[in-house]
Amino acid sequence: MAEQNARNCNENYLKYVRGLAPPTKHFKNCLSAFGVGGLICTIGQFFRYMLQYAGLSGDELAGAVSVILIFFGCLLTGLGVYDRIGRYAGAGSIVPITGFANSVASPALEFRTEGLIYGTAAKMFTVAGAIIVYGVFSGVIVGLIYYFL
Amino acid sequence: MKEGNTIFFNTRPKVRSYAAVCGSKEREGVIGSYADITLSDDMYGESTYEKAECKMLSDSIALAIKKSALSDADVDVLLSGDLLNQIISASFAARAFEFPFLGLYSACSTMSEGMLLAAALVDGGYARNCVAATGSHFASAERQYRYPLELGCTRPPQSQWTVTGAGACVISSECGGIEVVNATLGRVRDWGVSDVNNMGAAMAPAAADTLMRHFKDTGTVPEDYDVIITGDLGALGSRILKDLMWEKGYDISANHVDCGELIYKVIEDEFQGGSGAGCSAVVMNSYFFTKMNAGLYKRVLFAATGALLSTVSSGQGESIPCISHAVCLEARRD
Repeated sequence: MAEQNARNCNENYLKYVRGLAPPTKHFKNCLSAFGVGGLICTIGQFFRYMLQYAGLSGDELAGAVSVILIFFGCLLTGLGVYDRIGRYAGAGSIVPITGFANSVASPALEFRTEGLIYGTAAKMFTVAGAIIVYGVFSGVIVGLIYYFL
Repeated sequence: MKEGNTIFFNTRPKVRSYAAVCGSKEREGVIGSYADITLSDDMYGESTYEKAECKMLSDSIALAIKKSALSDADVDVLLSGDLLNQIISASFAARAFEFPFLGLYSACSTMSEGMLLAAALVDGGYARNCVAATGSHFASAERQYRYPLELGCTRPPQSQWTVTGAGACVISSECGGIEVVNATLGRVRDWGVSDVNNMGAAMAPAAADTLMRHFKDTGTVPEDYDVIITGDLGALGSRILKDLMWEKGYDISANHVDCGELIYKVIEDEFQGGSGAGCSAVVMNSYFFTKMNAGLYKRVLFAATGALLSTVSSGQGESIPCISHAVCLEARRD
């Protein structure tokens, strides 16, 4: 009985807390995510055109563009700029491949103090590990569906 | 003497001296001109943030002892703790000193727990001079509790910013302008909040519980205090605390101040304000003690609040148990 009362009391409190919590500014967040995400993609497209002009094509071209974006993602992470962009842009800078580069480079930097093997190398995928696991997993599922269709 | 959960100190132990070290972001705010050492670089000349946190803590302890004109031999015990796993900052800081060390963990309420234990030791006659100290560092706390610093993720609007800073005070049986009058021991309260980004809401019930028991045990009302200070509830948590107190018939809206709300100049990335063990430690050991010594505040109730969670418990979906210890301080009347 007392336990039931306590639970009701907690539920009321949680309801009250939820009512007070400051609202997330979805519209503004979407807008800045759209802007920054779009900008990153435009820059990628710019590199694509340039490399195409230089004579690359097909898989080579796609690979080269990714490599350049990953490089800049890591560079900006190292310079301490990417987290500031991320704070403002949210999903806009997380979703593109630069965000993935950031999620690998940032723990690698952070855990550098624990050594190159047990720090940088072992902790490198603490954030990106989940992305890789579920990325591969959903790739397999989609592949199977595609195979049977 | 004891009434309920409140201890009354007969000999009224004194705050003999105090010292605070604060980080670069904190020194922009109100405490910048009150803290003894303000850092321009949060690394503090060290190779890791954990070492920097340890150095801030040991510097604040050393400075507090120096300001009290005591030597290591005069100090009977150091009561300290911090937020890092196995309280490494406090125990590593204690290496540098010649006096015994008692490690505490009470999350962000370590400062008030340290002060009340120090006062109890002094009042009981078991010690003459005790040092209570604690600190925290934004970067080391982020690393342990959240994400790597450089990860480009957004912070939810109800989150708080861990304060970079450390504070220490010497509680003594002899001289000092501020007296520790009584202290209410906290009970662990858990009202089911499991959002780790909303510490204010999790801690407010613990603070309300301790404050109400304090008023009941001491027979006082909120108006008897010049200022009622909570540790790091932040803007949202403070509002909830006021509502909870109001419901039970205590109006603290006129004289309640939250260290987390007060510490930063402009609330920008910090959203609800500061948090962390260093938050109340820095603000108390710079701003409030200086003001009390100057006679601006006569009677102060200091209730730091702590969220007793770990990354494991929150990962397993547990709610956040919280605690708050209250210490009543009075400026000496002579």
